[in-house]
Amino acid sequence: MAECSQADSGDASRHHTMDKSIILPPDEIFRNLENAKRFAIDIGGSLTKLAYYSTVQHKVAKVRSFDHSAKEAAGDKLYEISVQEEVTARLHFIKFENAYIETCLDFIKDHLVNTDTKVIKATGGGAHKFKELLERKLRLKVDKEDEMTCLIKGCNFVLRNIPHEAFVYAKHADSEFRFQTTQPDIFPYLLVNIGSGVSIVKVESEDKFERIGGSSIGGGTFWGLGALLTKTKRFDELLQLASKGQHTSVDMLVKDIYGGSYGSLGLTGDLIASSFGKSATADKEFSKEDMAKSLLHMISNDIGQLACLYAKLHQLSRVYFGGFFIRGHPVTMHTITYSINFFTKAMLTSSPKTDVHIAVVSHIYNETFLCVQGEVQALFLRHEGYLGAIGAFLKGAEEDNPNQYSWGENYAGSSGLMSISPEMNPMQRARSGTFDMLEMDRLERQLVNLHLLQDPSSYIPDTVDLTEDAPAREYWLDCFEEALDGVVKRAVASQPDMAESVERAEKFRHKYRHKLQTLRHQPFAYGSLTVRSLLDTREHCLNEFNFPDPYSKIKQKENDSALKYYQKAVRSLEELSWEQRQFALVRGVLAGNVFDWGAKAVSDVLDSDPEFGFEEAKRQLEERPWLVDSYDQWLQRLKGRPHKCALFFVDNSGVDIILGVMPFVRELLSRGTEVVLASNSGPALNDVTNGELQILTERIAAMDPVIQAGLKDDRLTLIQSGSSSPCLDLSRLDKVLAMVVRERHTDLVIIEGMGRAIHTNYYATLSCESLKMAVIKNSWLADRLGGKLFSVVFKYEVPAGGAHANAV
Amino acid sequence: MDKAKSTVDKKGTTSGLFRVNNGPSQRSYNGHINGCVGALASASSSGGNQYETNTRHMHRGDNVECNGSPAKKSRLRRRTESTRRHRPPFPWFGMDIGGTLVKLVYFEPVDITAEEEQEEVENLKSIRRYLTSNVAYGKTGVRDVHLELRNLTMCGRTGNLHFIRFPTQAMPLFIHMGREKNFSSLHTTLCATGGGAYKFEDDFRALANLELLKLDELDCLIRGLLFMDRVGFNGHPECYYFHNPSDTQSCVKQQCTLDNPFPMLLVNIGSGVSILAVYSEDDYKRVTGTSLGGGTFLGLCCLLTGCETFEEALEMASKGDSTNVDKLVKDIYGGDYERFGLQGSAVASSFGHMMGKEKRDTISKEDLARATLVTITNNIGSIARMCAVNEKIERVVFVGNFLRINTVSTKLLAYAMDFWSKGQLRALFLEHEGYFGAVGALMELLKTTEDP
Repeated sequence: MAECSQADSGDASRHHTMDKSIILPPDEIFRNLENAKRFAIDIGGSLTKLAYYSTVQHKVAKVRSFDHSAKEAAGDKLYEISVQEEVTARLHFIKFENAYIETCLDFIKDHLVNTDTKVIKATGGGAHKFKELLERKLRLKVDKEDEMTCLIKGCNFVLRNIPHEAFVYAKHADSEFRFQTTQPDIFPYLLVNIGSGVSIVKVESEDKFERIGGSSIGGGTFWGLGALLTKTKRFDELLQLASKGQHTSVDMLVKDIYGGSYGSLGLTGDLIASSFGKSATADKEFSKEDMAKSLLHMISNDIGQLACLYAKLHQLSRVYFGGFFIRGHPVTMHTITYSINFFTKAMLTSSPKTDVHIAVVSHIYNETFLCVQGEVQALFLRHEGYLGAIGAFLKGAEEDNPNQYSWGENYAGSSGLMSISPEMNPMQRARSGTFDMLEMDRLERQLVNLHLLQDPSSYIPDTVDLTEDAPAREYWLDCFEEALDGVVKRAVASQPDMAESVERAEKFRHKYRHKLQTLRHQPFAYGSLTVRSLLDTREHCLNEFNFPDPYSKIKQKENDSALKYYQKAVRSLEELSWEQRQFALVRGVLAGNVFDWGAKAVSDVLDSDPEFGFEEAKRQLEERPWLVDSYDQWLQRLKGRPHKCALFFVDNSGVDIILGVMPFVRELLSRGTEVVLASNSGPALNDVTNGELQILTERIAAMDPVIQAGLKDDRLTLIQSGSSSPCLDLSRLDKVLAMVVRERHTDLVIIEGMGRAIHTNYYATLSCESLKMAVIKNSWLADRLGGKLFSVVFKYEVPAGGAHANAV
Repeated sequence: MDKAKSTVDKKGTTSGLFRVNNGPSQRSYNGHINGCVGALASASSSGGNQYETNTRHMHRGDNVECNGSPAKKSRLRRRTESTRRHRPPFPWFGMDIGGTLVKLVYFEPVDITAEEEQEEVENLKSIRRYLTSNVAYGKTGVRDVHLELRNLTMCGRTGNLHFIRFPTQAMPLFIHMGREKNFSSLHTTLCATGGGAYKFEDDFRALANLELLKLDELDCLIRGLLFMDRVGFNGHPECYYFHNPSDTQSCVKQQCTLDNPFPMLLVNIGSGVSILAVYSEDDYKRVTGTSLGGGTFLGLCCLLTGCETFEEALEMASKGDSTNVDKLVKDIYGGDYERFGLQGSAVASSFGHMMGKEKRDTISKEDLARATLVTITNNIGSIARMCAVNEKIERVVFVGNFLRINTVSTKLLAYAMDFWSKGQLRALFLEHEGYFGAVGALMELLKTTEDP
């Protein structure tokens, strides 16, 4: 059964009247209501989830080349920066207790300005109960959608669009949450929805799913039977009781029957032989806690067993658990996980002895074996509570084709996992209204996998998972917190004409600091915590307060001055012998990469000494042998046939792109290699954006016939990466870029910079040759990698099977 | 009637010859491998490997002999050579010490010669008299007179097989009695199975000077079950099923024999539940188990209603209505949930109505007892059905004392198997529900003394 109306109705209505007077902070909870449309609502037994679609006007920095005739008047400036209003689409999901539903509806009615919305899509057991209220308050027609259909639609959506959506729960591990990488193909999977009953649904594609089974023993059984046994009314309280109890006084264990355990033979005495088996024979009283615990085990084990039986029958290994029984409760996630682990292993070993040889043979191919045998993993979802609302929303928004776009979780506007978990903060949950939010931005571009990833399903962009690495987490959180002052300063400086920019910058400071604090306590809040996620969160927060591109002016200045040295730099390179030149080109890229405002050590130097020059940077570079040094192999390779096509992920603007990367690109073109330059779609730190790069390249082309010919013959192509991050996720790349890369038979991928080649992709394995170049501009990281500040990583890799394997 | 009688005679003769053909080596092997009934996960994990219980049991060496007619011939030949000489001394007991109940079978010889009568020691006589002249022992012991097998031939002797049960809690009393009656002087082997054979082994030795021959409970269960099916039930078949299980009006009990019993899914519902896939007498595996069994029904009933016995709990359940406790599909959707083909009358959430305080405060004990029974039974049915499908077995045999005087559950199981499998699966039941382990243990006694 899906979640259904199971509220202790007396209880709910009491709250209902009591909480009417709550005042909602409009700029924090129901944001962007003015332009909201396509409302959808999922009313469960205790929580309401509201969804709507809004258009967000926010400022974006645009660069525009001065046209030729006006060039003189523009003075030195290379291009014009303008801040423009841009409209993007955003999905808002808000979760709150049913008690606040009336207040919330009033609030929405008051703030809804301009909408032609006529209907509200509704799902969940409570939709029926609140139908009249919805229609009266919002003057919208309630259009009821099937619960399970909504659930599945929502599940598909989050699995496809939110990286690190699914996780494995391991109570006793260093990190309780082990987030899963997004699978290129999310189907097929099993969804076990534990509402008041249990529904087991097999999902085979976007529209094809089937309820293959279920059980009446579910959350309602825990709640109903638990309330009878313990005289405890609330579900959350029952779970709390259970977490404190000892089931062994109520359950009959193997050792109660056999007198002991048979550890040496694999049968432990602690296994439950009969749930509640002891309460039948003794006259004694049992504590509420113990009974609740026994009940929790009984139900979790039973559900886990059925899930395994169904997974085995349908040969599925991905099993997602949801429903109010699970919803963010560590207690139930733990017992369900335990049960699944127990039964999946029990089933693997239950093969007849005659099949033993198969197991032995398969041992060699361990992964295949597990796959074939169908070891089931219990998976949970970060946004499980929103699935119904998301699905209902998608049903209502079909004409906007939301599934045609890629969406991204907005870290600034989303609360993160466990924001209202009763276990984290029971009093808060019980006493006041807590609102949990999820916001998703429609991305301009559709994002797909880079086909050159060796194994897309096991690709993890991030090098260090800070969720698991506590010292690294400490360091980076401190680092980002310390850098905050500088970021605020620069944000204000980027908008000198706007009076309220100081105020906005302070709001930004407050918000980002709050995020950092949350992440200190709950590093798992947005999936695996990584340097990338910290950087992205900062970008989202900056955008939130309309600082679309704090570095725009700095970038402009640096680009201007670097361009002046371009021809000189190229000339001096041409004077070198071939072999000297190859080395100088690499050193140029590396030295250019030292110019990076994103790295703290460097931004200090840049701030204090603007004259810090290219030559100076070269002197700072570590001498060979570098920390990671495969230059000899690279040189050797260059003596061979030219590459067909190189994909180059560029990093910073200014010296980096103009004096470092462009000469390198020029050399590739001269060798007969086509080049695809991939740069960010949107701004991030001082990284060069695609818009800026277009203009820069034009200017360089005007000075350099090699570049000009490359552009003209379409052998040099500039394409946006789809990203607005200082890091790089090769599984979420602009679809056009991915297509061009494939069409051109790209056989070399070059990734430059700390964010893209060290924080991310350091361990990424590609099916073609790859070159990762970066200078470590952070002493802590350098130390960790066994180097020192300005150590060089030059990692040239050839896939197993040789460089020629992918030549065609 | 005559016809039935002749069947029994024939079967009886066969059974008298019956012996189990696995040697001591297998016994020790199985005795360890097999676990308790219904062993399940405990979330307070202490690590370790708990998964070995599922190993399929293949008896090597003598495997071939046990299958098909050559084995029977072999048994016949060997019996005539050895039974008389190696027949164990009386008394003949088989005991199954479970988590809740102790099941005891006692073979009362009725062909005692005058010579034997004279030789019979006094306390052997008194044991026989005590057991056969009473139907209740102490406060809690009961002889199921209606299950008695009369004029049965075992190991060349004719007698009656008695079925006795008492709570496992009374085990200390029982051991004490064994000491009082000086049972150890009879030099008999006490064959015992079930977890209690291990748990109470030391007590038997220390307090009553008795050495138990411990036997694996699943081995005994299968052996006992197949034997009982072969000998029949005083002229009637041991086995039955429900005709028209999906129709409460025309649903009738129908007797049958397990002519060709393999493969079968054997669901043993004691305190917990074990589910076995049985391919032959000696080839089976424990597929899975669940901790939601008879012990759970009684345990929850005691807590919810204050009742004290299984009989009381069932009595209450028979008068109750579970739909006042359980939330049905129609309670949520107003009718059938058509999108998923669920009938409105299907249970959506067991105890689902009990989430609301008002309903909790007004519910009757009878309704609670009924809901508990229905919940546990449906769950067992559901797991059994899944196992049957996964193992590709169509015959599902339900045994165990949970089914004693429990027609609510047997009919519900029969219905569930039939309905959810669309008639593919058939639920079968046996008259001696929970006694097969004890019978299997007795058979081991009759076998052990053959080969000195």
